[in-house]
Amino acid sequence: MPDIWARLENVSVRYGPKIVMENLTLDIVEGAITCIIGLSGAGKSTTLRLLNGLKQPDSGRVIVGGRDITTLHERELIEIRRSIGFSFQFAALFDSLTVGENIALPLRENTKMSATEITQAVAHTLESVGLAHLENRYPAELSGGMVKRAGFARAVVSNPHAVLYDEPTTGLDPIITHVLTDLIVTLRRRLNGTAVVVSHDLASIFLMADYIAMLFEGAIVAYGTTEEIRRSENPIVQQFLQGSEVGPIPI
Amino acid sequence: MKVFEKVGRDTSDVFSYAGGVIELLGDALRFIVPPRIRIGETFNQAFLLGVQSWPIVLLTSLFTGMVFSLESAVQAVQYGVGNLVGGIVAYTTLRELGPMLSAVVVAGRTGAAIAAELGSMVVTEQIEALQSLGLSPTRMLVVPRLVALALMVPLLTVLADVVSILGGAWVAHIYAHISYDSFLQSMRSTVDFGDLLKGLIKSVVFAVIIAIVGAYQGLSTRGGAAGVGKSTTNAVVVSIILIFIFNFALSYLLYGGS
Repeated sequence: MPDIWARLENVSVRYGPKIVMENLTLDIVEGAITCIIGLSGAGKSTTLRLLNGLKQPDSGRVIVGGRDITTLHERELIEIRRSIGFSFQFAALFDSLTVGENIALPLRENTKMSATEITQAVAHTLESVGLAHLENRYPAELSGGMVKRAGFARAVVSNPHAVLYDEPTTGLDPIITHVLTDLIVTLRRRLNGTAVVVSHDLASIFLMADYIAMLFEGAIVAYGTTEEIRRSENPIVQQFLQGSEVGPIPI
Repeated sequence: MKVFEKVGRDTSDVFSYAGGVIELLGDALRFIVPPRIRIGETFNQAFLLGVQSWPIVLLTSLFTGMVFSLESAVQAVQYGVGNLVGGIVAYTTLRELGPMLSAVVVAGRTGAAIAAELGSMVVTEQIEALQSLGLSPTRMLVVPRLVALALMVPLLTVLADVVSILGGAWVAHIYAHISYDSFLQSMRSTVDFGDLLKGLIKSVVFAVIIAIVGAYQGLSTRGGAAGVGKSTTNAVVVSIILIFIFNFALSYLLYGGS
């Protein structure tokens, strides 16, 4: 049995009258890349927000590193969040700060590193995502792919134990998509940690995933290695993988 | 029944809003006492939100002082009490017009800017990004704006006081032929430093209202661009209403009818 980094246990989430998750249970394996797939609005991004405590479930437990984070005080939750990197769908870089300042922010605010050490860490991290020497650019001056990579850099600069990626390749060309997919794999190895990726991009998922979970109508309908998911006989999974209009998934 | 439902829902919304604003203020005070203020960002905000407001404060207070003097000076001279005009203008300016005018102008310009900026950060997930880095949006964003306005609005009020009185003296001199000496003499016998100080106390309270309501509206933004627009409008409307309400309460407390 592989070690488990995080576990969603019988989690239910509602947004007003809409039920997004109902008694959902999912294990995130330690030291692996778990990809979460599903239709738009299935609750994939909500899953990521549950894992770092940005969203509290209406019921159920969220266990991260052996602790139920739904019961933690804000201060303890902040410590958990600092051990988890989060790469947002649109990067969510602070547009009033340069790329360098964006990446330096968690180091400046959360550590006692000197200015020189921070500058070096930022330069090293930018280089590792292929953005060397772009410290002084503003986010508005970067292309879509560069913005995503800068978002990755900010998420990993503190060497977090786990990194959560929300739609890391959506809207990018196939070459940049491939570059970012490789980058997620490389960063996971470098950090020797865990990654959770939410994506629609099946080609990219099958390249990087160790495990895949499929969300449908508020529950996990399939979970396994890439091969197990590929061979799954679940008609929902097969319809999703084939992108077919015909099947149990209502259009 | 629908009318009762609506009244009930609206009442609940008002209490929920007030609770949210007070909670945000409490959270902000947590970072001010003991001080955990980001000094650089506070100075930056003091410049953006406060210093850049001086031209509009200057213009509005100058013309208000002038029109107030225009209306009162001619009448006063007709009734033979022209020697009271300086006192009337200074008394009203230091106690009411200066603090109110600068606060309303700052609420329109700066309260809207705070709500729009923070609202945009909500819809582009920048607030969630701060939280995901283990950083408090209140400490990073709200406190610098709150402290900056608490420092700058009193300074703008002093500017409004001075300009309004100077404008009033000039108009009194031109239209009612009241000498500057007489205007000054009247001022000296009517107002003292306490009047200025009490006006400044009001301006600090107004600054807190503008910053906290603007920040609360911004951070509560839902939806996209339309949500930001709604938050911005609400920030200005609610701030101005609260400024008028608090002005009455503060006048009652500080002056007690004197």
